[in-house]
Amino acid sequence: MKPSTKGVETGMKAHMVDAQKGTTSSRVSMELRGLGKKFLVGSDEFQALKSIDLDVGVGEFVCVLGASGCGKTTLLRILGGLEKHTEGTLRFHQESTGQPPTSIVFQEVSIFPWLNVWENVAFGLRARNAPKALIKERVSYYIEKVGLTSFSKHFPHQLSGGMKQRVSIARAFANDPEVLLLDEPFSALDERNKATLQDELLRIWEETGKTIVFVTHSIDEAIYLADRILVFTGPPGHITQTHMPEFARPRDMTAVRATPEYEMLLKSIHVGLGPTGNDPEIIE
Amino acid sequence: MNDQNSKSQTVGLMVEFPPSKDIGQAEKFRRKRDRILTVASPLILLLIWEIVIQLGLLDRRLFPAPSMIAGTFYELIVSGALWDDLSISLLRICVGFFFGAIAGIFVGTMMGVIPVVGAVLSPIIASIYPIPKIAIFPLIMVLFGLGEMSKFVVVAIAVFFYMVINTVAGVSNVESIYKDVGRSFRVSKIRSVFKITLPAAMPMIIAGLRVSAGVSLLVLVSAEFVGAESGIGYLVWNSWQIFDVRSMFVGIIVIGFLGWASFTFLDFIERACLPWAPKNRR
Repeated sequence: MKPSTKGVETGMKAHMVDAQKGTTSSRVSMELRGLGKKFLVGSDEFQALKSIDLDVGVGEFVCVLGASGCGKTTLLRILGGLEKHTEGTLRFHQESTGQPPTSIVFQEVSIFPWLNVWENVAFGLRARNAPKALIKERVSYYIEKVGLTSFSKHFPHQLSGGMKQRVSIARAFANDPEVLLLDEPFSALDERNKATLQDELLRIWEETGKTIVFVTHSIDEAIYLADRILVFTGPPGHITQTHMPEFARPRDMTAVRATPEYEMLLKSIHVGLGPTGNDPEIIE
Repeated sequence: MNDQNSKSQTVGLMVEFPPSKDIGQAEKFRRKRDRILTVASPLILLLIWEIVIQLGLLDRRLFPAPSMIAGTFYELIVSGALWDDLSISLLRICVGFFFGAIAGIFVGTMMGVIPVVGAVLSPIIASIYPIPKIAIFPLIMVLFGLGEMSKFVVVAIAVFFYMVINTVAGVSNVESIYKDVGRSFRVSKIRSVFKITLPAAMPMIIAGLRVSAGVSLLVLVSAEFVGAESGIGYLVWNSWQIFDVRSMFVGIIVIGFLGWASFTFLDFIERACLPWAPKNRR
């Protein structure tokens, strides 16, 4: 992912945490208790998610790692308010009245072609009638953060794929939700773009201290980004493992890959994901 | 090297694919040629028409040559008679088009956005839509009188149905990702209609306006044939009845011009409403 420039720092270790509820932060952003989802397929009941318990701490970066079809996107859509869970409870902390619980960065291109970059980033804030001055400040701030200041007046059709996804990220952050949800946001990008955007995301995350739930099917992406990796299998979708990779940030993947901890983590995750023969989506 | 040569000779034939000398000149030439042809083809048609008449191949009483029509055209312009007919037709089209389009877009949006409204209205729309609107013109005259109102109404009704059908198609085919974005930002239902549904449906709505412009011209001219004392359609029909063939052709040419003008006007509308559509970059 990144060229090796530094050696591996000592004391770095990856260990597995048994308790799924363990967090790295004192205050909780999001709390799931026995969360489940059932829906009808034809006339049959289908259990998409089953008894998920999870606490996500403020400022934590959590990756949900699983194969396609395991229910991880359904989980994200429930957290994002696009679908309703049918079992258990879901609670979000709210910093101030009117603060939205979540914003989503979607996998596919989701910015509006009829709005320019600035208007796209302002979309969430305008939708909840935020004060004009605040909109201006936040939008400019995040457009600058994703490096698109000189493209503010451009329409999406004038942007590259990577730039469109940057707009999407800026739009989600500018809305200032309690939790940011990212659904395989970089999977449509080429390797170099992907690496650049991962670094940008980490930088913005560190600068803003936002809580992030990031859904991916790439093990290395999860190891590169996450404070905590939730290995997800299904259906019915549920958390089978929780890992807390403790490689020092910024993570240098070439160095990380050379460590025995990485080797152990990888093996363990593969066990958690189950047999790989039938899910070609899992990429190392 | 020698080995490879001998090998390929023994296996089969080397077929050469020569490079192209064209780095885009051909395409450039084609575009220039097409631009010239667009202007030239109507002129050539007029020229052929002129020659055919001058040679006496067709009866010049029924098919006057362009040069003869031009004279009449000039007379009608100078006398103000043409402008009288043209202005009243333009008024009828504009008023009918405007109200028909507004109502059509409104009803179409409601049908696309509110499922109950769609379920109730779509069979009704589908069964009335194919009826030629000129067929109910007598009925419209009974209801709205012989004056201007009946002309406004017949144009408005024709435009209304086209706009309903196109708007429903546009509104119900909004990509689901855009709706997801709206819901993820917890946008209210009404706001999402104005901020997401209508902008996304705009290309279809504009396409509907384009068709409607032609339809309104068609319907109005037919209505003016049978139920008016003024207007371009009246000019054509009345000239025919008094066997003033040259004036009739003037009317026909003006109708053609109106069709072209409405298309140009809608190009302008499209550029104004869809600055984000890639094809408008040209």
